[in-house]
Amino acid sequence: MSQLTELKEAIRKALPDLDLVLGWREGYDALHAPPYHIRRQEDLEHLVFGPMCVNNLASQLMHLRGKKVGIIVKGCDARSVVELLQEKIVNRESLVIFAMPCKGVLDVKKIRRALDIDHAREVHFHNGTIEITSGDKTSSVELKDVLADKCLRCHYPNATEYDHFIGEPVEPRVSAEEAAADPAMEELAGMDLTERFAFWKTHMNRCLRCYACRNSCPLCFCRDVCLADSRDPHWQSQETSVREKWMFQMIHAMHLAGRCTQCGECERACPVGIPILLLKKHLNAVVKDLFNYEAGIDPTATPPLFTFKVEEENIKEIEL
Amino acid sequence: MSDVGGKELRIIGFLCNWCSYGGADAAGVGRFSQPTDLRIIRMPCTGRVDPLFVLKALVSGADGVLVSGCHPRDCHYSEGNYYARRRLEVLKRLLPMLGIHEDRFHYTWVSASEGARWQQVVTRFTERIHELGPMDSLDPELAVCAIRELGGENGQADQPAPASGE
Repeated sequence: MSQLTELKEAIRKALPDLDLVLGWREGYDALHAPPYHIRRQEDLEHLVFGPMCVNNLASQLMHLRGKKVGIIVKGCDARSVVELLQEKIVNRESLVIFAMPCKGVLDVKKIRRALDIDHAREVHFHNGTIEITSGDKTSSVELKDVLADKCLRCHYPNATEYDHFIGEPVEPRVSAEEAAADPAMEELAGMDLTERFAFWKTHMNRCLRCYACRNSCPLCFCRDVCLADSRDPHWQSQETSVREKWMFQMIHAMHLAGRCTQCGECERACPVGIPILLLKKHLNAVVKDLFNYEAGIDPTATPPLFTFKVEEENIKEIEL
Repeated sequence: MSDVGGKELRIIGFLCNWCSYGGADAAGVGRFSQPTDLRIIRMPCTGRVDPLFVLKALVSGADGVLVSGCHPRDCHYSEGNYYARRRLEVLKRLLPMLGIHEDRFHYTWVSASEGARWQQVVTRFTERIHELGPMDSLDPELAVCAIRELGGENGQADQPAPASGE
């Protein structure tokens, strides 16, 4: 039985007790699989799973509170779900998690750079390559060249929290140490302060303030009102200045400190390709260093900024 | 952003009502001389200090930010400063990644009886900010300069960079 059939079978059995199941369906072309709500048995025929299922469906859970929801998760998505459970945003009893072992998802921008394709009619995967048929020509590229960056350094391809695990767990692509070594981070770390300041100013200048990063983030959900939209207190003006745009990214990063599971949705959703995940990766490294904590692993753990120790082992008092 | 006179810099101090604000008051009552660059904002507790207050101050033209509260174990609300310590430490380590010198921000603990210590904290912190100089402005037109600094549009990578956080 193929993985997809097995997944459909598991959902078929669970669906009568659920309001809906979050999954992916075939898109307008073979490289895209938009999020999909499965409500009835016949909806199942559109369900797909594969490297084109990029969206982190956990982003929708916040808006489905109070409903009995099933969710299909990849390893990284499961970490977001765990974080939501830790923060008691979603209730474990009203959630059914279908875990899929994940071998990585595609980065469509990389495919567009590597291949001259228009409308991908068909996509096939054969050991390590992806073959795309566009119009009447078929071209192929190494899968590792078009996988999302986060997948190339993925240490958690299998969900840690689930009700149904479909298929066999896959081996992590890299070790924890390799996962931590990130060329983009090293490049930024290698800059001096002036260069880094200029780096962010340049990138933030391109920001459109569309808030796609916020909206796609599974954990950025101030329940009453987002600071960026609030008029009282007036955290952000409507100016399109670098100051306002950068301030928003600082808000986003600080609000995710110790919570971000590095699913990379913010950066993927950014229409102008600002590397905002760098800030979160850095904060995660800081949190790991200070509190030896990784977000979204243990549902019973408390995120480090929600708690304290009277004697902090790694925070030294600095005298002026 | 420097003050009108050009000699002073803008330093914002977030002080907890119960200890450091009292300590600053004690320093005043004791007539200890202090630099006048610091503008104090009184908070109920350092636990009320959102790290975003500090960031907002820095991007809005402050040259330095000081947060001061009760010593650990002395918080008026028992545990506010413990939460603050974690948040502010994370913030302090975020600043260099943003290109802002981490010395522009400092958090410390001063009790209501430590007027002399308060004088020392303010003096040293102000000296440090003066060594760093004014903070880089985030004016929109400067973003264009930044693009040039990076050798972006016109490839003028050799242009002198404006004084930065360093």
